[in-house]
Amino acid sequence: MLLEISELSVFYGKIQALDGVSLDVEEGEIACLIGANGAGKSTTLKTISGLRKVAHGAVRFKGADITHVPGHRRVTMGICQAPEGRGIFPGMTVMDNLGMGAYTRKKRDAERVTGDYERVFSLFPRLKERRKQIAGTMSGGEQQMLAIGRALMSDPDLLLLDEPSMGLAPMLVTQIFEIIKEINGQGTTILLVEQNAIQALSVSRRAYVLESGHITRRALAADLLDDDSIRAAYLGG
Amino acid sequence: MHNFVSQIWPSIVDGTTTGAIYALMALGYTLVYGVLRLINFAHSEVFMVGTFASLFTLHALHINYAPGGIEAIGVFAAITIAAMAASGLVAVGVEYVAYRPLRKRNSSSLANLISAIGMSFFLQEVFALRYGRDLIPFPRILLKNVLFHIGNAEVRSDMVLVVGSALVMMFILDRFVNGTRLGRGIRAVAQDASTAVLMGVNIDRVITLTFLLGGIMAGVAAMLYGTFYEVTQYNIGFVIGIKGFTAAVLGGIGNIRGALVGGFALGLVETFGGAIFTAQWIDVVAFSVLVLVLLFRPTGILGESLQRARA
Repeated sequence: MLLEISELSVFYGKIQALDGVSLDVEEGEIACLIGANGAGKSTTLKTISGLRKVAHGAVRFKGADITHVPGHRRVTMGICQAPEGRGIFPGMTVMDNLGMGAYTRKKRDAERVTGDYERVFSLFPRLKERRKQIAGTMSGGEQQMLAIGRALMSDPDLLLLDEPSMGLAPMLVTQIFEIIKEINGQGTTILLVEQNAIQALSVSRRAYVLESGHITRRALAADLLDDDSIRAAYLGG
Repeated sequence: MHNFVSQIWPSIVDGTTTGAIYALMALGYTLVYGVLRLINFAHSEVFMVGTFASLFTLHALHINYAPGGIEAIGVFAAITIAAMAASGLVAVGVEYVAYRPLRKRNSSSLANLISAIGMSFFLQEVFALRYGRDLIPFPRILLKNVLFHIGNAEVRSDMVLVVGSALVMMFILDRFVNGTRLGRGIRAVAQDASTAVLMGVNIDRVITLTFLLGGIMAGVAAMLYGTFYEVTQYNIGFVIGIKGFTAAVLGGIGNIRGALVGGFALGLVETFGGAIFTAQWIDVVAFSVLVLVLLFRPTGILGESLQRARA
């Protein structure tokens, strides 16, 4: 198991956001976490990245307990997240944003970092065209591409994607999911959080359903796509 | 009227000189505000400690005359390094003692403000108890020769030193923040702290670095102040601190280049104000500027803050 979360409980003040969430992600797969707005999907990802304090439970990565490891050190260990919405640095250029993705890379890795720029530019040719543009002035889709590309610049073993399709036009959504599959095909394990359940399930191998802080279903993604109750609740019938 | 016209060039020269010191101070306020959204009111004491560090270095080296040649370079290097080190260390210490514990508890900004004022009084009183409450003179270490004229204004060697050193420091800081990996880390934290963590930025380290940079700038300002005005005192930082803060707000707080613009603008406005209304009115003019800016353009001259800064 690359990532194992067990019995995770997280609070915002007195409000409990996660209540005993357990899930795991296997090396090489795409796993997804679907659920309604406010179910705790983003909180789960933030907790994996170390932005939220854990009240109870544990997070293990590559076999090591990282429950209390500071967030910035988890990036060095191989976890990187493309955050929800406009999670880019709006005042920086595209290149500086990508450079932030490579913030933890060592000088001796310079050659591999150059290779990662090439990888990101071949996945997102648009970013290459716009590399000197101020990120905040780009379209929503371009910003999303930048957020994903920036996360790849840390050369992660586990890529966390928070709502990559949010606010994008349908054509762009399809394109983003194609790219997600391609990134996974290149060997990066992905945990995907989505409200767009159809797209998420169709690229994922396994899926978890989160409802008000609880995991209510865990199954192969293909099975959930065929499940009537899931279809009714999340896929619009 | 004729009197005022004859004051134009001298006012420009004087205003640029004091403005350079204000600008260096403004950088400290603006850097810290950029990453923490907090006005470090103890920054005036960071400056005060720098002036004492310069003075004590002169005492330790037994310099009570204006050295020449290589010796002058050595003396200035020594007092500059001493002031930068002392101010930088105090700035980092203030953050560690007065702000970090509050930040870990998510305290209100009011708590931070009170903590800052407490720190400020503490440092002042320590120096007052140790070195008294009177003005303490600096030896004249730079002969104030007139080097050249601009219009009818005399430009002295100490003015050139102040403006030149300030510009060099500002340039270095600008290159550091906009051109290095650590500087990019500072900008990232200023724009979006939690996303910066997701990129592997150690926020505590960036905050320490930010206070250190602000402190170093205040240290240079302190060394220049000591050389130019040739005095210090336990509360010498108070007025300079408020002027630096005014300059930061005037230029657009959080904006590094704004601090430069604000510093020079404030220096010029107050010397011209002094030329028009007589010198006793200088501070009144300066603080009227602060009130007017806060009323009519709270985002300052450049407006854009560090969070959205393009560079």
